[in-house]
Amino acid sequence: MKKWMAMAAVLALGVPATAAQAADKLKACWVYVGPVGDFGYSYQHDVGRKAVDKALGDKVETVFLENVAEGPDAERAIERLAREGCKIIFTTSFGFMDPTIKVAAKYPDIKFEHATGYKKADNVGIYNARFYEGRYVMGQIAAKMSKTGTAGYIVSFPIPEVVMGINSFMLGAQSVNPDFKVKIVWVNSWYDPGKEADAAKVLLGQGADILVQHTDSTAPLQEAEKAGKLGFGQSSDMIKFAPKAQLTSNTDDWDPYYIARVQAVLDGTWKPDDTWGGMKDGMVVLSPFTNMPDDVKKMAEDTVAKIKSGEFHPFTGPITKQDGTTVGEAGKPLPDGELLGMNYYIKGIDDKLPQ
Amino acid sequence: MRLVLEKRAEASGRMAILSPVIAIALTLITGGIIFALRGLNPFSALYVFFVEPLTTSWSIEQLIVKAAPLAMIGAGLAVSYMANVWNIGAEGQLTAGAIVGSAIPVFFPEFQSPPTLALMLSLGVIGGMAWAAIPAFLKNRFGTNEILTSLMLVYVIQLALDWLVRGPWRDPKGYNFPKTIAFSDWQLLPQFQLLPPSVGPIYINLGAIFAVAAVVALAFMMGRTLKGYELRVQGIAPRAGRFAGFSREKTVWFCFLLSGGLAGLAGICEVMSTVGQLQPGISPSYGFTAIIVAFLGRLNPIGALVAAFALAISYLGGESAQVALGISDKTARVFQGVLLFYILACDSLILYRLKIIGRTPGPAEAKA
Amino acid sequence: MNDQLLSVILTIITASTPLLLAAIGELVVERSGVLNLGVEGMMAVGAVSGFGAALMTGNPYVGVFAALAAGAVLSLLFGFLTLTMVSNQVATGLALTLLGLGAAGLMGESFVGQPGIHLERLHIPGLSEVPLIGPILFGQDFLVYLSLIIVAAVSYVLFRTKAGLIIRAVGDSQQSAHALGYSVVGVRYLCVMFGGACSGLAGGYLSLAYTPQWVENMTAGRGWIALALVVFSSWLPWRIVAGAYLFGTITVMGFSLQAYGIGIPSQLLSALPYIVTILVLVVISGNRALMRANTPACLGQPFVPDR
Repeated sequence: MKKWMAMAAVLALGVPATAAQAADKLKACWVYVGPVGDFGYSYQHDVGRKAVDKALGDKVETVFLENVAEGPDAERAIERLAREGCKIIFTTSFGFMDPTIKVAAKYPDIKFEHATGYKKADNVGIYNARFYEGRYVMGQIAAKMSKTGTAGYIVSFPIPEVVMGINSFMLGAQSVNPDFKVKIVWVNSWYDPGKEADAAKVLLGQGADILVQHTDSTAPLQEAEKAGKLGFGQSSDMIKFAPKAQLTSNTDDWDPYYIARVQAVLDGTWKPDDTWGGMKDGMVVLSPFTNMPDDVKKMAEDTVAKIKSGEFHPFTGPITKQDGTTVGEAGKPLPDGELLGMNYYIKGIDDKLPQ
Repeated sequence: MRLVLEKRAEASGRMAILSPVIAIALTLITGGIIFALRGLNPFSALYVFFVEPLTTSWSIEQLIVKAAPLAMIGAGLAVSYMANVWNIGAEGQLTAGAIVGSAIPVFFPEFQSPPTLALMLSLGVIGGMAWAAIPAFLKNRFGTNEILTSLMLVYVIQLALDWLVRGPWRDPKGYNFPKTIAFSDWQLLPQFQLLPPSVGPIYINLGAIFAVAAVVALAFMMGRTLKGYELRVQGIAPRAGRFAGFSREKTVWFCFLLSGGLAGLAGICEVMSTVGQLQPGISPSYGFTAIIVAFLGRLNPIGALVAAFALAISYLGGESAQVALGISDKTARVFQGVLLFYILACDSLILYRLKIIGRTPGPAEAKA
Repeated sequence: MNDQLLSVILTIITASTPLLLAAIGELVVERSGVLNLGVEGMMAVGAVSGFGAALMTGNPYVGVFAALAAGAVLSLLFGFLTLTMVSNQVATGLALTLLGLGAAGLMGESFVGQPGIHLERLHIPGLSEVPLIGPILFGQDFLVYLSLIIVAAVSYVLFRTKAGLIIRAVGDSQQSAHALGYSVVGVRYLCVMFGGACSGLAGGYLSLAYTPQWVENMTAGRGWIALALVVFSSWLPWRIVAGAYLFGTITVMGFSLQAYGIGIPSQLLSALPYIVTILVLVVISGNRALMRANTPACLGQPFVPDR
């Protein structure tokens, strides 16, 4: 047995040659919380990684670790990448924040980028997408298209990003129909097609005729299609799954960001930035508007154009909370800090936010 | 032609040593073939998988970090299963321990002294025991099957944890993200240097020491004490146990409290070391993986320690293979499954002799 | 109101069917004295195989068959290890879960993001249109009916036929069954394969009828629930139906209550199915004699004939 091991070791010594050849390439690495096969959040990040491969493949080698659970494994996974010679590491889930900061302190020469968090360091930048911009437009479309005046909203966990999305959706809807209603179901999972489908069916049964989701699978949209109702996609364009139901999809496009950041490392111009990109930056993209009349499409396109030009911000004060109090100055957008910690519903949502 | 096993008169000592060797050899061959089919150099792939985790002091540290909770929980479960008490819910007891122990930093963040450490650890054990007490009580009082209750309670406590860290226990300065405040100083486990720096500095935390202590203590209990004898008798010959006057109820309580307490300790140790705060994800299924550890270790506490290391190597090896070779996490998991199959199958060779016999269909087989 | 009730009932049926399919298969396995904890892994492989076969042939029924076959093949591996090689059943089953989930992920790499083939629901003109009762009784996909037929068949075979007597004998007293000339290992192989086929079918139900798509980890722990339901049933087939539908009902009712906006923490509603299952089991396990009579005495024990 020992002999076997020794033999394997000896033979293996010949191998690192390939690693050495690759050494003159810059190593860019990613850590995903889910499997790349989720066709949702992690999948979209991996699409971004592949885009880097394609754009900078002659100078860059990419590596990823998938299915890394938030918790005890996260720090080790990130540190492993640091030790394996990665020069820039993207950690793509909120729960990787503290481990990223810890590892970054040990490896000052390596650049780190953490998605959806708020802690920065000299070698840690943060990035996120303004998904709420897309959700405002979805709200407007929903209010126009709904016959019952009620949308069903399927959500994962009550974190600020999700709450922000619900509020933005309702602000959009109220701008068209002040009495628009929303029914909300938390499935306590980012990712369980069966439960998402159950929630969708229940919501449709209770009179919602448009489904919105902040979970990752295509199941709710498929239920809408089956029932002859409408819905919105999430993370990626899901039109193939619901050609007659999808109105549009709120997709994440990380390609330009990832290419730019890796390029910055190549050029030696990388700085620890705080990027919160929206439609303007091409990070949030609404897939083509389908299954709607031209006037609705026109309205949606106008809003998109206004958000892109900076003329309009979905959270323009004053915003009235459920309890009647207001936040924000009249005519001015809520500050980003306020948005990032959002933990209240706006007026017009007949539900209690889980606290 | 077919394969048949035949009982040996007594366990083969030679096979006890040989069987893991055969298993590893078979795994290496199968693994080599899998990797070769994926277009990789099989030797370097196997090196990355099995040898690399042992080559640097960093990876050895990580190995210990990963193996410690598995060994601690696995040893407790081994004792429990040995006595025919089926605690499947260690993952839940781990979570309960982490929650109860974390109450100290959440409610008394300023309380910082050595007793903080001791109190948190004790509360962790108590939390695990308390959660394990539910299936034990239901089993003794109503005869409710403990496999179902302990398993279902895992999901219940995980949802409770989720509720706590998103609601009442949330860090007020954490932008409403689901986590408690970060633990500090005496709320974290101290680290020790295992070897002098000249050999290679390897740091371990208190959790690893607890794990080894638990394994040794349980091995002693099972091998050298009346309690261990009582538990073993109840496992091997339940009726004999009853005639000997051993109380089944007490055994159920003992096993659940023991394995639950150790799982709770493992939980609070994770929160106080690798995670550093309470959050929804605190364990990569340590409580379930420990079930494999217990059986892989032949329900022997020392065996559980060895098995914990074997599993830890396969996890870390899988991870380094993802980075170094670009294989996916799925390939690593398939490979891990194959490795376990070989180990389990070869284990049988200790008690049985493998025979290949000619075709002699029995009556039932003709029917099949 | 009728519409709401109908949608809730239909949702409960689809939510319960995969649990029912996987659990009834495992019940037969356990009745023969074998504990296969690999249900989750077999379900995953069934789901991906069913999805892939349906996609390639365009025929959902080919998919259903492929799911069933894939589950059976994987269980054969379990059978070889635990029955021929007499390895430990608990550990082997858990290893099978690891292997199955990994293998399913590998097999499905090219299926991600592809819309699947949907298993059609039954439609009998006239009957299916009767309000409320029509869609429930005559408007399901065929796997829903099949799941109930399997339960009826299992119940009949186990308790009314000689084959059932042999299966129970093998599970309750392997040495006497062997002494009577029955092949303990042979019977167990067949039962294990039946269980695997049912688990595969349950997986196929997920990827073909429930949510026609393939994504990794789409089984989401349903295999474990199925295992718990076997215990819940105290190894009696019709109780599995009760257990699976109870579990499905409470899950769906939780969503329903949320949509009404009642403000109970969603975590509590999500935990309810588990809590209620425990409570119901506590109540019915009061009858210890019944429990003991139906628990297979040789569950999990290896068998090697003395020669």
